[in-house]
Amino acid sequence: MSERQQFTGRRAFIFAAIGSAVGLGNIWRFPYVAYEGGGGAFIVPYLVALMTAGIPLLFMYYAIGHRFRGSAPLSWRRLGGGAESIGWWQVGISFVIAVYYAVIIAWAVRYIGFSATEAWGEEPGAFLIGQFLQQAEGDAGFDVGLSLVPGVAIPLALIWVFALLVHWRGIQGGIARISMIFIPLLVAIFLVLVVRALTLPGAIDGLDALFTPDWSALTDADVWVAAYGQIFFSLSIGFGIMITYSAHLKRKTNLTGSGLTVAFSNSGFELLAGIGVFATLGFMAQASGVAVGDVADAGIGLAFVAFPTIISTMPGGAFFGVLFFTALVLAGITSLVSIVEVVLTAIEDKFGLSRNASVFGVGGAMAIVSLLLFPTTTGLNLLDVLDAFANNFGIVGAGLASVITLAWGLRRLGVLGDHLNEVSSFKVGLLWKLMVGLVTPLILGFMFVSQVISRIQDGYGEMPSGYVALYGWGSAIGLLVIAVILTLIPWRKGVVAAHDTGQGSTPQPGKEA
Amino acid sequence: MGISAVIMMIVALVLVWGGLVAAVVHLSHHPEEVEAYDIDDDGRPDAPPST
Repeated sequence: MSERQQFTGRRAFIFAAIGSAVGLGNIWRFPYVAYEGGGGAFIVPYLVALMTAGIPLLFMYYAIGHRFRGSAPLSWRRLGGGAESIGWWQVGISFVIAVYYAVIIAWAVRYIGFSATEAWGEEPGAFLIGQFLQQAEGDAGFDVGLSLVPGVAIPLALIWVFALLVHWRGIQGGIARISMIFIPLLVAIFLVLVVRALTLPGAIDGLDALFTPDWSALTDADVWVAAYGQIFFSLSIGFGIMITYSAHLKRKTNLTGSGLTVAFSNSGFELLAGIGVFATLGFMAQASGVAVGDVADAGIGLAFVAFPTIISTMPGGAFFGVLFFTALVLAGITSLVSIVEVVLTAIEDKFGLSRNASVFGVGGAMAIVSLLLFPTTTGLNLLDVLDAFANNFGIVGAGLASVITLAWGLRRLGVLGDHLNEVSSFKVGLLWKLMVGLVTPLILGFMFVSQVISRIQDGYGEMPSGYVALYGWGSAIGLLVIAVILTLIPWRKGVVAAHDTGQGSTPQPGKEA
Repeated sequence: MGISAVIMMIVALVLVWGGLVAAVVHLSHHPEEVEAYDIDDDGRPDAPPST
């Protein structure tokens, strides 16, 4: 067993898991979802979702990886033959998300530099789409081409070089090490941003908009679904990351105690981000003479259009901008490496590849796909449609398949619960089984079915239906087909059986043969 | 900032950050078990004392 293929302790694991969970969504998704979902009243469905789905699912995935000691496909295979497909589905989703997620980090890298000179001028939206991303207009934007935009491709290549070096250094020497540096740095930067934002005129109006409770929102089913969705996406559950990471933990590791720390760190950070983002939006609203609701936004629009506008208006905006986009890069990279690791460990397990071969062969292939498809004049629409389908069908679908298979198909929740209690301080029991076996299948099932109906009836945004069919539905269904094909490929002799159920030393992922 | 907004901000901070503090305190009360003899605490097993 290679030493660098195991976390040296739970502290390293906790930082790596927080690094995975805290990503772009904490900064640019949570604040808007909370604002839209009843403001201060949103804390109720949010905490209910955290307790009834987020934390129980986190424990479940930790238990799978730690008990069955493998990558997502290998752990699922050891749970029960056909369940391996769920693991490959998670690997496929991770592949797709990694190749476009890296691109957004590359944008953020460029925006650190743009902040220093406020390069976007008077029109940050037009600058982003036209001058920086050089997106083709009209129908041409839906012809996927290979016309590279060097201003995006070069930082993207550097991001991939950095990520692959981290993977080459391994789970402990690479991923855990950068997480233990980047996460405290990220929190420190965000604290500076929040303090600065709170001293801006109008900041209080922003906080008022974020926290004034609209209790009627609690009777709206959509708000509850949004809260579960936020918890589900934010905690990075469903990707196979937590299975992969916990498989690299020592036998006697406090899984539930660590999981609680990871879950509340993730929520604590997004609450901090919410305060920072809305204090800043309050300033923008006051400077423009409009209501906070008129400037509130999420995602790319918030980070790459609204924030540049604010940075240009604010005294000392350049410094604020450099810090904000540095925070995005730090949060993004620790999440990116966790997603890529799912793919690398899985391929190592199944095909017996060495670390070097998987990092530079498989990781290199991911980098090439990422570089060919996204830093192009047609990359933005492709990123948008893949993101929507990978999240709403991929992650939600794989999460749903996981809980139904475990609780109702294989009926192995008892085994996993016993394992958690054997190694952990915070014990789980009937309540945990009810949450995983009943509550989460219902919630995820509702989210999945309503998304399918909505996409079939309404399409996706303004995109041509043929484009959505090919790249949206095509990618979603394609991942399932690939998952089944990879499951049908036989394992190398002895790999599936080679895990010890006792307390002794056990083979590690990627080192089974 | 309205009184209801102030109250809900405090409630959210206390519950979420309080939860984080409680989780960290809980973890600190259950120190990591050392699997092997590890005198220099570097996570790698060391040779046990000869006496």
